[in-house]
Amino acid sequence: MESKDFHIIADTGLHARPATLLVQTASKFSSEINLAYDGKSVNLKSIMGVMSLGVGKDADVTISADGADEKDAIAAINDTMTKEGLSD
Amino acid sequence: MADSVTVRELVENTRLTVYYGDEYLDDRRITTPDISRPGLEMTGYFNYYPPERIQLLGITETSFSKKMSHEELLMIMRKMADPKTPCFVVSTGIEPPAELITAATEQHIPVLGSKQTSSRILSNMSIYLSGVLAQRQSIHGVLVDIYGLGVLITGDSGVGKSETALELIRRGHRLIADDRVDVYQEDEQTLVGEAPKILNHLMEIRGIGIIDVMNLFGAGAVRSQAKIQLIVHLQNWTPDVQFDRLGNAADQRQIFDVQVPMISIPVKTGRNLAIIIESAAMNFRARSMGYDATKTFDDNLNNLIQENSQRDEAANGDLPASDVKKD
Repeated sequence: MESKDFHIIADTGLHARPATLLVQTASKFSSEINLAYDGKSVNLKSIMGVMSLGVGKDADVTISADGADEKDAIAAINDTMTKEGLSD
Repeated sequence: MADSVTVRELVENTRLTVYYGDEYLDDRRITTPDISRPGLEMTGYFNYYPPERIQLLGITETSFSKKMSHEELLMIMRKMADPKTPCFVVSTGIEPPAELITAATEQHIPVLGSKQTSSRILSNMSIYLSGVLAQRQSIHGVLVDIYGLGVLITGDSGVGKSETALELIRRGHRLIADDRVDVYQEDEQTLVGEAPKILNHLMEIRGIGIIDVMNLFGAGAVRSQAKIQLIVHLQNWTPDVQFDRLGNAADQRQIFDVQVPMISIPVKTGRNLAIIIESAAMNFRARSMGYDATKTFDDNLNNLIQENSQRDEAANGDLPASDVKKD
């Protein structure tokens, strides 16, 4: 099990487009990947689940991956987060 | 999900009338589903008074208050009107005593009323509050009502949960939640699932995007919540995973303290999952009503084997009856 905390810096938060990008990244891996925010945990491969949380600017989220490619998954998500300016 | 609920939400959901304190309905919060009947407190016994609970006054309390002097009653009411008290509720359509209004006004506590009897309004409020204040867990899956049975469809992303649910909706069943199902335990045996507010009636179908099921299929295609009675787990078909062939491998998944029966269904091109899940739901219902096809068949088979072995034993007494085998 790998996990990493992210601090969201994007003004728009995780709205539809960035949420889709994160879900697309997560979906490339076979590990089970979850995003936890505000005491709720959703599957990061589920676009509706991620959007339903309404993650805004300055939110602290934890992404955890469990499975054979967990390390690569967290690294790839980290890439997407920084590349898209979602998190620092 | 919620660790407290405003008094306004209580008023709207249990249809109470507001006698006093309309402007405080949004500030006052209820943190516990327990409700207090301050009967003994009316006599002055406050040792175990729970001020954080809703205080419900019925015929007993109000008629007792009529036997008290104005000063005495005002003193008791001031003791009851604690800063922590979310609201007072007076049942059976009784006008709240003036002393109660005075004490409540001093602390900005709303005074509410209902035409219903104490026991009726108590159970209404308590059912509503236990629901909203219960601990919630988000589960990745789709919750569909199939012939009145709440069926939670789970499985890996991309296995076809939403697509299957869409087909079920087309066949007349009802959607509760897609992708994220918020679940809480209503009582010892009961799990209730609902959609998070923002996802109500919505589904995501790969290739189409987000669709509003109520808009496309009508109000009959959706339901706000349902008891989760069966879990159908969709699993990509692989030759090395063995699936239940007879329907007797009882499997369960624990959610909170409830064991929910679970069946695993292999996903393979050419299998119509909606019809399979519909049949699974019907079979589950039939079974809980006492008709178990697997058991009936098993009993019949055992009888047949016994008859055949007796016959064969009689026919050739020296040979063992082990060649009676049915595939």
